[in-house]
Amino acid sequence: MASHAHDSEVDYIRDKKGIMSWLTTVDHKRIALLYLVMIITFFLVAVGLGVMMRLELLNPGTDYLDGQAYNQVLTLHGVIMIFLFILPGIPAVFGNFFLPIMVGANDVAFPRLNLLSWYLYVIGSAFALCSVALGGPDTGWTFYVPYSAMSQANVIIPLLAAFILGFSSILTGLNFIVTIHRMRAPGMGWRDLPLFAWSSYATAWIAVLATPVVGITLVLVILERFTGVGVFDASKGGDPILFQHLFWIYSHPAVYIMVLPAMGMVSEIIPVFSRRRIFGYRFIAMSSMAIAAIGSLVWAHHMFTSGMADEGRIIFSFLTFFVSVPSAVKVFNWLGTMYKGSIKVEPPMLFALAFIFLFAIGGFTGLMNASLSTDIHVHDTSFIVAHFHYTMFGGTGFMFFGALFYWFPKMFGRMYNRKMAYTSFWFFFVGFNTLYMPLFFAGLEGMPRRYQDYLPEYTTYHQISTYGSWITATGILMMVGTLLHALKNGKRALMNPWGAATLEWFVPSPPPTHQFHHAPPITHGPYDYKDIEAPENAWAEPATAEAK
Amino acid sequence: MSDVTTIEHAPNVPGAGKNPDPEKGYGVPGYDPVGHKMGMWLFLYTEVLLFGGLFIAYAAYLNGYTWQFAQVSGELSIPMGGGNTVVLLTSSLTMALAIAALQRNQVALCQKLLLFTIACAGLFCVIKTFEWGGKFSKGIWPGSPAVLELSYGEQIFYSLYFVMTGLHALHVLIGAALIWWAMTKIKSGVINSKQVATLDNVGLYWHLVDLVWIFLFPLFYLIG
Repeated sequence: MASHAHDSEVDYIRDKKGIMSWLTTVDHKRIALLYLVMIITFFLVAVGLGVMMRLELLNPGTDYLDGQAYNQVLTLHGVIMIFLFILPGIPAVFGNFFLPIMVGANDVAFPRLNLLSWYLYVIGSAFALCSVALGGPDTGWTFYVPYSAMSQANVIIPLLAAFILGFSSILTGLNFIVTIHRMRAPGMGWRDLPLFAWSSYATAWIAVLATPVVGITLVLVILERFTGVGVFDASKGGDPILFQHLFWIYSHPAVYIMVLPAMGMVSEIIPVFSRRRIFGYRFIAMSSMAIAAIGSLVWAHHMFTSGMADEGRIIFSFLTFFVSVPSAVKVFNWLGTMYKGSIKVEPPMLFALAFIFLFAIGGFTGLMNASLSTDIHVHDTSFIVAHFHYTMFGGTGFMFFGALFYWFPKMFGRMYNRKMAYTSFWFFFVGFNTLYMPLFFAGLEGMPRRYQDYLPEYTTYHQISTYGSWITATGILMMVGTLLHALKNGKRALMNPWGAATLEWFVPSPPPTHQFHHAPPITHGPYDYKDIEAPENAWAEPATAEAK
Repeated sequence: MSDVTTIEHAPNVPGAGKNPDPEKGYGVPGYDPVGHKMGMWLFLYTEVLLFGGLFIAYAAYLNGYTWQFAQVSGELSIPMGGGNTVVLLTSSLTMALAIAALQRNQVALCQKLLLFTIACAGLFCVIKTFEWGGKFSKGIWPGSPAVLELSYGEQIFYSLYFVMTGLHALHVLIGAALIWWAMTKIKSGVINSKQVATLDNVGLYWHLVDLVWIFLFPLFYLIG
């Protein structure tokens, strides 16, 4: 492939040396690594906070966190997981790294803006850490008024953190949209885009269009705390419900910012390991856009018990059912792709299969919440906690690691230990289900969410769940350990160990700073495996011609 | 991998491979007026939605407190608001003229027009300061004791008035700073008659600032 970088070229990691070369880089691959380090760190911190909460819930009554401390841990867990891990997670790391390569470009459309996004992320996370040092907010990540306007804890700084992080995600989204429009290699039409690029495109639109609304809402809460502006204060004629509307106008679409890139990853991984062209390419691509569009119109299903006209509740309930259709289209197409395929369950494939299983559970329980009468029963119970952890953690969290196991050989040029990858996956998977499955039942029986204490009849559920949290945490640490170990000691990776057809697998592992010297010829579709032989063993030593 | 069957695609897929500046090398982002403007428009959407959240709040409360809004609107000074409208509309004209001047390579004229635009922004802020100052001297600001004695509708009206015109004034300042920055770039030749996109984008931003005011003016000053 003459268009690609020469084998003798230095890869992007060794291209330049010194800390400053990283902090001032505009290379999309290096910026992705900067994000990766911070995002994984925050993820581990928030996992720790989650384990702390579960530990408090091991027995009824107060063990070691009182109510206030529990609220603060809960809020930090939510704020860090949502704003610092799961929202930026896949787009900022894998989108940045692979989107330009997948469309055949050398960088995103606005490389300096990309670096600015990272700095905004750093500043936002610094604010979040500051708020921890100052005692931590206690409002929950949703910052509902009136409590967030009255709480004695420090709320302004985390609000500012969320505002700045929103800015970062807007700029990343803007960058991706223009990149996909303007930077595609000659000959690459919209129908040749990999599905990960499609889902990144839909995600970017949501980020651009929805984030400003929550931005201004958070600013209003900040102003409320500063000057008592009273827009959400019933004692001044304001309406607290309006806050919930404005908040969810962003925050519901935001869950699609979180899950769409994960769905894109599944669409990349399943065809590669089934050796079959993706089934229903256009339906998957368009379902991403449909999710982005319909998902923007369902926000009020978070508020069925808040007080709303019945007509409104019926419409939002209907739209919520409706938005599940494009998600179901995707699941159907993934299964269709695997049908009669030659399936090889390498670690990334295992994650993709787990995604389908866990997301299906999360999705179906979501439909239960969408039904008006059921929702009144389960609203604000641990059923909801279980539901969104199945979609967000079981869906996106699993695929974040699935993506890492899939692209790790390309990003770092090393293979991880396969056995360790399997073992850690099973710890993660079994632990995850042990952790969240009991919460469904506890919630159906009336266990409220966000409570630090509970009645003795819920003890069994809570204890099983807490044991599950230990298994999950072990699995996560094992996964991170596996990857860290592979960084130094892993076998050298082949250029295309999985036999994939997207462009990133036709540049060296790891890629040089300039991955393309000439326009890459678009000779085959992104899922066209007819002429691509998957290596018998992905862990084989690279031939000397390919090795560095 | 090299013996992949070549599937010929139409060489000119619309939009694809349009990233220009082949001198910089293949696939390296360079000067791309279409891409730059696309980015700016996306950013402007976010600005519209930022104000959009406030306009939703305004609509909801106008619906609830129609008469009180109409009544308290009369307290605002139409000469000041109207004067500011004229100032901003004029500045939008000079901004557009400045871009046209640069496209014709009349750099000096362009700089003068931009300076005039900045002066308009300054004048707008001066008038705004006097207007807000007048309100403050009557003891009116969000959450002030005098405001707390008013009816719900009037309180909300003043809250929205200060938040929305305040956020708008902040955008006027940012816009003026951007125009000044563009002037330095024109001086150093980075923005020139061949590469106008950046000034175009600053202009777009300035027109948005103008446009938001076109909505704010009637909603606050003229509904009385």
